[in-house]
Amino acid sequence: MIYFNCAATSLQRPKEVIEQVVYAMQHMGNAARGADETALLPARTLYMTRKKLAELFRINNPGRIAFTTNATESLNLAIKGLLKSGDHIIYTQLDHNSILRPVYEMEQNGVTATMIPCDYFGRISYDQLEKAIEKQTKMMMITHCSNVTGTLLDLEKIGAFCQKHKILLVVDAAQSAGVFPIDVTKQKIDILCFTGHKSLFGPQGTGGIYVREGILIKPLKTGGSGTQTFSKEQPGEMPDVLESGTMNAHGIAGLLAGVTFVLETGVSVIHEKEQELMWLFFNGIKTIPNVIIYGDFSGVARGSIVTFNIGDCDSKSICDELATVYGIVTRGGGHCAPQMHMAMHTVEQGAVRFSFSFFNTIEEVEQAIQAVSKIAKDRE
Amino acid sequence: MRTKEWKLVITFDTTTQAFAMEEACEKHKLIGRLLPVPREITAGCGLCFCLSLDQEEELNFFLEKASCQFKQLYKMEL
Repeated sequence: MIYFNCAATSLQRPKEVIEQVVYAMQHMGNAARGADETALLPARTLYMTRKKLAELFRINNPGRIAFTTNATESLNLAIKGLLKSGDHIIYTQLDHNSILRPVYEMEQNGVTATMIPCDYFGRISYDQLEKAIEKQTKMMMITHCSNVTGTLLDLEKIGAFCQKHKILLVVDAAQSAGVFPIDVTKQKIDILCFTGHKSLFGPQGTGGIYVREGILIKPLKTGGSGTQTFSKEQPGEMPDVLESGTMNAHGIAGLLAGVTFVLETGVSVIHEKEQELMWLFFNGIKTIPNVIIYGDFSGVARGSIVTFNIGDCDSKSICDELATVYGIVTRGGGHCAPQMHMAMHTVEQGAVRFSFSFFNTIEEVEQAIQAVSKIAKDRE
Repeated sequence: MRTKEWKLVITFDTTTQAFAMEEACEKHKLIGRLLPVPREITAGCGLCFCLSLDQEEELNFFLEKASCQFKQLYKMEL
């Protein structure tokens, strides 16, 4: 089996990730529920993971990172924990349902929102940002890298815009953390939302949120924190304010191994390998008759994703043939980013998405090119 | 009966701060360990960092220089 659905989740992971999860399940008690070694081991693991993540994202204080179950939970925290009726928010057409649905929900509660549109190639015009600003604008949400087309937004440009207008910049780094350099200070990111199971190679159910010093997010859940037992209120300090209940220390032990792998290998090395595979695949299929490729391949920085259709064929049937006949796993249909499908005119058809990982090989990509070529010819 | 000894006890607002202190102290050759906060003390975090009294001078010097966050430093019999 060849796996090219890495934008959905990683399948191949460093062996240390699995080893650390197994070790954790054999040795860990509950973090912050005691001071014996079984309790200190998970608590120390959480601390070490915060430190590694802080190193990766250039965060000065690791205590500003709280763990969540995924990027979706982090984005919900940022949107629902900060906005109130009367506030205005800016988002983009690239956004995933993990942003769109909480925003739509907040619109029912008196928040107003403006969407920055993108063109057919998934590009936004940065000039439009100024026009979207209103007196009540509190926050701008952006998807750093589109999960549909791989479009990469310019964080520094948007960060400067948000700083100029004194609005919060919330970044969805689900597709970019570990593959693109992220520097919360340089890029002026106020809140960074990430998942652990994609390019950080951790287990599913791990993720986190970085919250800049001075920002107070109202937690969506409250409960046991292992601290301040007799207080009726959730402890107000980060990260405890956003971490109620038993932490997923077993998963986070795996995430620690994943992030360590990323740091030791180097974000740029991982990025270059993925890009090499992506461009090889793109160049291999771009001239196949009847293949329609989406996104901007003009040479601008982009994520390692190639999305396409074959004529007007149902994208899911192409994926099914790739999987059943050629053993190649991809994703078809809609990709949880409905606005992007509108921009690409693929609401009915969906699209076939190939997303590449550091662990894929040139040989696998060559097999995939042959498979797409054969399927396209068969369906002429 | 267990004899009590005078100790230096550092408390914190969060567990993250406690582990940062443990790590920093270890780096500066200050010997101590994390243990549950004694009932005489109220602190945000359930863990405190405890050191022997003979390290008081080095610890004070270290706390002045280091950027470690903590809630309070106590001297008490444990």
